[in-house]
Amino acid sequence: MDQSKIRNFCIVAHIDHGKSTLADRIIQMTGTLTDREMQAQVLDNMDLERERGITIKSQAVRIIYKADDGEEYIFNLIDTPGHVDFNYEVSRSLAACDGAILVVDAAQGIEAQTLANVYLALDHDLDVIPVINKIDLPSADPERVIEEIEDIIGLEAQDAPRISAKTGLNIHDVLEAIVHQLPAPKGDKNAPLQALIFDSLYDPYKGVIVFCRVKEGTLKTGDKVRMMATGAEFDVVEVGYFGAGQFIPCDELPAGMVGYMTASIKNVRDTRVGDTITHVNKPASEPLPGYKKVNPMVYCGLYPADGAKYPDLRDALEKLQLNDAALQFEPETSIALGFGFRCGFLGLLHLEIIQERLEREYNLDLVTTAPSVVYRVHKTDGTMIELTNPSNLPDPSEIDYMEEPIVEAEIMVTSDFIGAIMDLCQERRGQYISMEYIEETRALIKYTLPLNEIIYDFFDALKSRSRGYASFDYELKGYMKSELVKLDILINKEEVDALSFIVFSGTAYDRGRKMCEKLKDEIPRHLFEIPIQAAVGSKVIARETVKAMRKDVLAKCYGGDISRKKKLLEKQKEGKKRMRQVGNVEIPQAAFMSVLKLDED
Amino acid sequence: MTPIELYIHIPFCVKKCLYCDFLSGVFDEKMQRRYTAALCTEIDYVAKQHPGCIVTTIYIGGGTPSWLSEDLMDAILTTVKHSFKLDPLAEISVECNPGTLSAEKLNVYRSIGINRLSIGLQSANDDELKELGRIHDYNRFLHTYDLVRKAGFDNVNVDIMTGLPHQTIEKLEKTLSSVTMLRPEHISAYSLIIEKGTPFYEKYKFDAVKQQAGMETEDLPTDEESYKLYKYTMQYLENKGYKRYEISNYARNNKICRHNVGYWDRVPYLGLGLGSASLFHNVRTSNIRDIYKYCDISEAIAAGKQYPSELSSPYLESEEQLSKKDAMEEFMFLGLRKIDGVARSDFYQIFGLDIEAIYGPIITALRNQGFMDAKEGRLFLTDIGIDVSNQVLAKFLLDK
Repeated sequence: MDQSKIRNFCIVAHIDHGKSTLADRIIQMTGTLTDREMQAQVLDNMDLERERGITIKSQAVRIIYKADDGEEYIFNLIDTPGHVDFNYEVSRSLAACDGAILVVDAAQGIEAQTLANVYLALDHDLDVIPVINKIDLPSADPERVIEEIEDIIGLEAQDAPRISAKTGLNIHDVLEAIVHQLPAPKGDKNAPLQALIFDSLYDPYKGVIVFCRVKEGTLKTGDKVRMMATGAEFDVVEVGYFGAGQFIPCDELPAGMVGYMTASIKNVRDTRVGDTITHVNKPASEPLPGYKKVNPMVYCGLYPADGAKYPDLRDALEKLQLNDAALQFEPETSIALGFGFRCGFLGLLHLEIIQERLEREYNLDLVTTAPSVVYRVHKTDGTMIELTNPSNLPDPSEIDYMEEPIVEAEIMVTSDFIGAIMDLCQERRGQYISMEYIEETRALIKYTLPLNEIIYDFFDALKSRSRGYASFDYELKGYMKSELVKLDILINKEEVDALSFIVFSGTAYDRGRKMCEKLKDEIPRHLFEIPIQAAVGSKVIARETVKAMRKDVLAKCYGGDISRKKKLLEKQKEGKKRMRQVGNVEIPQAAFMSVLKLDED
Repeated sequence: MTPIELYIHIPFCVKKCLYCDFLSGVFDEKMQRRYTAALCTEIDYVAKQHPGCIVTTIYIGGGTPSWLSEDLMDAILTTVKHSFKLDPLAEISVECNPGTLSAEKLNVYRSIGINRLSIGLQSANDDELKELGRIHDYNRFLHTYDLVRKAGFDNVNVDIMTGLPHQTIEKLEKTLSSVTMLRPEHISAYSLIIEKGTPFYEKYKFDAVKQQAGMETEDLPTDEESYKLYKYTMQYLENKGYKRYEISNYARNNKICRHNVGYWDRVPYLGLGLGSASLFHNVRTSNIRDIYKYCDISEAIAAGKQYPSELSSPYLESEEQLSKKDAMEEFMFLGLRKIDGVARSDFYQIFGLDIEAIYGPIITALRNQGFMDAKEGRLFLTDIGIDVSNQVLAKFLLDK
C-alpha cells in the first residue's frame, strides 16, 4: 500500500457546528454507503448520541475516494467528541491523525470550543483546513467568519471551502482539499512497532476491539503484543480497518494506517486510550508521547430506586465500564438510600450520559445524590485524603485545611453580555485573569473558577444570562486552599447522609436556605410536623417546616363495595413504597435530585 | 341459620347529580319494570344458591329507589320474603330523595315492612343544592320529611355533605341547625369527594389536587377549611345529642343503621341488582355493571335456560377468595371505622391469633403517636386518628 495515498484526519468543531453532519456527507459522497444504507449521522451509533446530537465516543471509518487526479485515496476519518468532558479522548483522537478539518458555523463564527479544539490540533502538529459550514442559513456571513479565522487563529482561510453539510453543497471541495492540503502519513513499516490506542469498544464475541493508529512498524494477525503503559500482553487474533458501520479484517496494518485489532481482551482497562502497542519480541525503545491515565473529576452516588435492583445496577455498571474506562465505581452504603455505588465521571455530561444509559438500556430507576468534586483534606496528622463522598469528611478537629480543584475557564461572549457573565463568574467565586476583544463585538474572558462551582449548572446559567450567546471551555488547573464546610440536612432531626454536600463557607447559608425551601415542597405532609434544617457542624443555619396533615378521611358512603375502599388504601400504601424512609419520614426520590436544581428560579 | 344482610341496588335517578359517580342513570318506566323483573329473578336465583340463611337487614339503595312506583317496590320485597327467610325484626331501609315520595307510596312502604328511610338532603341552602345539581330545594325536602313523619316512620336518616364549593361555617351551620331541629334519628355527614367521570371532576379537578396538597384553592374549601367544616359538623351534632358511631354516621337514642354496621363488622351480605357487591364465606363478589346484559341474563334464567359463566354465578363480574391476610386487613380497616373500634377477643376468635402478633408494632407506633387508644379489650382510633384515618388505616395493609 502506497503511504502517499493515505490521509488520516479528523473533524473538529464547536458543538452544533455540523461536525457529524459533515462526516456523514463525506461518507455518503465517497460512495462508501448507498443512500439507502445512509442513516442520519452514521458515526454516532449509540441511540443516545443520535438523540442528543452529540458524539460521545470517537469513531473511525475508512473511505475510498477517487480524486480528480484519477488516483484512489484511502481516507481514515476519525470522529472526535466535542464536549469538554471528553477532552482527553479528543486529544488522543487527534494524536492518531495527520490533519484536521476545522468546521466553523457561517452564522455563529468562532466559539470557545472551536478555539480549544483548534489549539489542541495545532499542539499535535496537525495541518488544519478550515471549512465554513451552514452557508445556506439566512444569517450566514462566511466572509466575516473567514476574517475571524484569519485574525483569531491565524489560519489562511480565503480559499476555505464554503459548504452546507446539510444540503451537500460543495462537499467535493472539501474532499479535494483533504487530498491536496493534508499530509500523507510518515513512518517506517519495518521499524519496531508503535501503535497508538485512540479508542476501544467491547464486543461480546470478540472482546475488546482496540482502535489504533500505527505510527511505526507493522501490526499483524498472530503478533504477540504488549501495552506499554499497562504492561498487559496479548496474542493478536485479528486486525482490520473500519468500514462504515462494520469491521473489515485484513492481514496487516502497516505504518501510517488506522485500524483495529482484537486479541480476546476481556477488559478495556487493559487497553487504555493513549497507550502504545508494541511487539513483545522486538519492542520499541519508548512509547509514543502523551499517555495519561484519566481520572474522574466528578463523583456522585448512584442508588437503585428499588433496593432489590442493586445487583442489576452492579451488572449494568460493569457492562458500561467495559466500554468506558473513564467510568469508575465502588460500592457504598447510605443510611437513607441503602446499597449503591459511588461513581466517578469525567464531568457532569458524562454523569448524565451514564445515568441515562443505565435508565434506558438497563431499565433501572435511579436515585442520584448531589455530584461532588474530589476535595483534598489535609489532616492535622500530616496525612491527606482525597474526598469523593461528603459523608466521609473527617471530624473538623482532625482537619488542618482543605483544598478544592480549580479550572481555568475561557468564555467567549458578545460584548452586550460581558457584564452579566463577569457577574456570574464573580458569584461563582471566580478570579479574573484577562479579557481580550477578539473582534469588535466579541470578547474572550478568562477566569479561574472552582470546579465545584461549575459542575452543577454553570453551563445553563451561562446560556441563560447571555441569551445563548456565550460559549465555554475549561481545563483543570490544580488545587487551591479554600474555606470549605460540610452542609448537612436534617429531616425531623435526623441527618440524611445522601443530602450532605461540601460547600464554600461563604455560600453555605444561601445554599442551606434554598435546600430547605426545595425540600419543603418535595416532602409530602405527614401525620406529624417535620422540621427541615440545614446545619454546618452543630449550628443550624436554615429551617423550614412541613406542616402536619390534619385531615385525610374517607367520609363517603361506598355501601358494601369494600374492594374500592381497599384499593384507595393500597394506593396510599404503594405511594409510600416509592419513597425512602428516613427515621419515620418518607422522602420521595425526587427530593434527592432537587439539590441538583437549586438555581432554577 | 346464618344471619345475613341484603343490599338491593336500584340504579335509577330522576336526574344525575353533578358530583355522583355511583352506578345509576336516568331510565324510563319501561326499563324500570324490566329491571325490577330481572332483579326479582336474581333474588330468587341467589336465594337458592344460599340456603340456610336468615335475613336480618335489607338496604335498598341507589340511585333513587324511592323513584320506583310502589307496585315495583312491593314486587321486590314480596320476592325477598318468598325466596329468603326474613327475620321478623329485620331492619328494612330505603333511600329516598325529596320529591319522589307521596302519602300513598309511604303507606305502601309501611304495609310491606319498610321501617327505615334515608333521605338525601345534602344541604339546607338552595344555592348549594343548585350547585350540586340536586332535583329539589330545601322546602321540597321539608315537605317530604313531613310526609314521612306523618306516615309514621320513626327511624329516619338525613344525609348531609361537607366540603362543598364555597361552603362556609355559616352555611354549614344553617344546614346543621335546620336538620337537627327536625330531630331525625340518624344523620350521615359525608365529605364531598371529587370523583373521576363526574361533571364536578372536570370542574374542580385542579382545585382538588391543590386541596390535597394543602395549597390555596379557588372554589373548594382549602384543606384547612375543610378540616374545620368537618370538625364543626362533628361537634355540632354531638352537642345536639347525636352520637358518632362511625366516621360519617351519627345516631341519637342508639338508632344506628344496623345494616351499615354489618359492613364494618364483616357480617355476610348478599348484593342484589346491578353492580352490587357481596361478602359470603370470605368470598367477595361484584355483579356486572351493564344493565342490558343484566336483564338478558335474568330473562334467560327465567326462561329456564342455562347461562354459561366461568364464575359461580352468571351475574358476577368479579369473584375473589379472600386469604387470611386479606380478611385480617379488612377486619382492621373496616372495624376501626367504628368509633368503638375492634375487640381483641374478636380477632382472636376469628383468626386464632393474638392481634398483637400481627399488628403489635403498628398498634404501638400509632398509640405512641396518639392516633389510637385501647380500653376494655378494644382498640380504637382517637379523634385525631379518625381525622387522618386514610393514612392510619393504610398501615394495616400487610406486605405480601
